[in-house]
Amino acid sequence: MFPFTYTRPTSTPAALAAGASGGRYIAGGTTLVDLMRETVERPDSVVDIAGLPLGGVTATRGGGLRIGALVSMTDAARHRLVRTAYPVISQALELSASPQLRNMASIGGNILQRTRCTYFRDISAACNKREPGSGCAAREGWNRTHAILGTSQACVATHPSDLAVALTALDATVHLIGSAGTRQVAFGDFLLQPGATPHRENALRPGELITAVEIPAHPRPLSSGYLKVRDRQSYEFALTSAAVALHIDGGVIRTAKVAAGGVGTVPWRLRAVERQLVGRRPTPQLWARAAGHAADGARPLAHNRFKLGLLERTVERQLRVVGGTR
Amino acid sequence: MSEELPKGSVSRRTLLASTASLTGVAATNTLVAPAAVASPAPAVDAATSGQVSLRINGDQHTLTVDNRTSLLDLLREQLGLTGTKKGCDAGACGACTVLVDGRRVNGCLTLARRLDGAEVTTVEGLADGDELHPLQQAFIDHDAFQCGFCTPGQIVSGTACIAEGHTGSAAEIREWMSGNICRCGAYTKIVTAVHQAAGRR
Ligand SMILES: Cc1cc2nc3c(=O)[nH]c(=O)nc-3n(C[C@H](O)[C@H](O)[C@H](O)COP(=O)(O)OP(=O)(O)OC[C@H]3O[C@@H](n4cnc5c(N)ncnc54)[C@H](O)[C@@H]3O)c2cc1C
Ligand code: FES
Ligand code: FES
Repeated sequence: MFPFTYTRPTSTPAALAAGASGGRYIAGGTTLVDLMRETVERPDSVVDIAGLPLGGVTATRGGGLRIGALVSMTDAARHRLVRTAYPVISQALELSASPQLRNMASIGGNILQRTRCTYFRDISAACNKREPGSGCAAREGWNRTHAILGTSQACVATHPSDLAVALTALDATVHLIGSAGTRQVAFGDFLLQPGATPHRENALRPGELITAVEIPAHPRPLSSGYLKVRDRQSYEFALTSAAVALHIDGGVIRTAKVAAGGVGTVPWRLRAVERQLVGRRPTPQLWARAAGHAADGARPLAHNRFKLGLLERTVERQLRVVGGTR
Repeated sequence: MSEELPKGSVSRRTLLASTASLTGVAATNTLVAPAAVASPAPAVDAATSGQVSLRINGDQHTLTVDNRTSLLDLLREQLGLTGTKKGCDAGACGACTVLVDGRRVNGCLTLARRLDGAEVTTVEGLADGDELHPLQQAFIDHDAFQCGFCTPGQIVSGTACIAEGHTGSAAEIREWMSGNICRCGAYTKIVTAVHQAAGRR
């Protein structure tokens, strides 16, 4: 780890001023400290935001939910409003990391966590995300866990967050504050596909802070849930995952929100699957037919072709679980 | 492996020693022999270090630490509390589990500077005098370890798991203890020990 200065501002304007002059925010530190130790991250100045008033889980007037950026993964997952209204979020969080890490890690930091691609984490390997222009060791290397959707010549790393998959499915927005004021970005526009610039990972402007994520109201009743498939049962990142939310009324699926994790360079919204579902009656045949579109457009690498079929089966099973027809 | 190394090469000892000085706790009782240090440890730089006041197992400490110092290294290298173990140093094993303000966390990913005013409990702080914590006793009763390296982390994590109420079934204990890896595979007995201690509560 390289030396750095440390400050702990107690107000948001003071934090923004420190951020504007190049300070790096630290919330839970579970991504940042880890990558600083690997010297992947080398901030000169670390700005502790734990003392800022960015907590709280609140119901919005429109019937949605707002989760403060500094709420811990543990507290968000077990919050009554989250559990009852959006089980998919609670489940995505509780299937993430470990109890220890979830006690430390924040909602804002979770969205901004960086890829677990081993070449990104290894400073001796070529990685366009870490060192623009150096190449991508994963393309020709060991790429079993890498992405099959949204990849580019420059980068095939997955976005590892489970929460972000649920937020993608639920059409969340990210609330931001910078020295120029506040703004909101749709979750689908917040995390960026790599293209030719994999080092640009999100829509944050320099020094901007995430203040909260907001989940809009959805038609009720809404059933939702998260399924995560891993190499081991727990404390592991997803090979594939599916976030599903369905509004079924009068025996017909009126709204379907489906997104996948572990397969994309960003959390992957499965619009083709959703189109198959809306307006139809839930049946086992429908789940299978819709899930058959889960890997539409996927381009597997040498070692991850298995994710195509695994993704389809992950989505099918979670549609069945959430849709209630076994 | 031969101890004789070609001139100019770095021995494992000097590498360890210089890493320790890089990690830069203002160590008083470091385990690294001074003779093994290739160059004298750099003086703590005022701009990249600072003071932290915290309670550890009930005792108040005010210390100057390099900003890079993890809670784990502070405990082990500066305070001699070596019960807390370093496995991966990357959040991936749970050997470093301690309680901060009653919540279990990974000491390796916690910067010590951030703990001003915090209350830390390590495995050394669980027993009541000579009376073992019920979970420590349960680990002995059930022989819930082999090499013992993961055990302090398992026990501290287990006390939190019990306090959180995640002990309704063996499956629930397994899931909520999954942040603690045991390379010896003592899991079955660890689950039994946590279950026993939870029942005694
Ligand atoms: C062993 C291990 C296993 C894991 N398994 C999983 C898993 O299965 N699923 C999963 O989803 N995650 C997993 N994680 C990742 C973990 O969830 C993230 O590290 C964590 O959520 C990051 O949150 P944090 O608050 O600690 O972020 P920090 O490390 O504090 O920050 C991360 C980044 O976000 C920036 N940042 C933080 N907060 C803000 C803010 N409010 N505004 C602007 N910038 C901000 C920081 O500057 C930094 O760049 C795992 C991590 C480890 C170490
Ligand atoms: S040493 Fe901290 S989790 Fe492994
Ligand atoms: S007892 Fe050896 S690692 Fe758990």
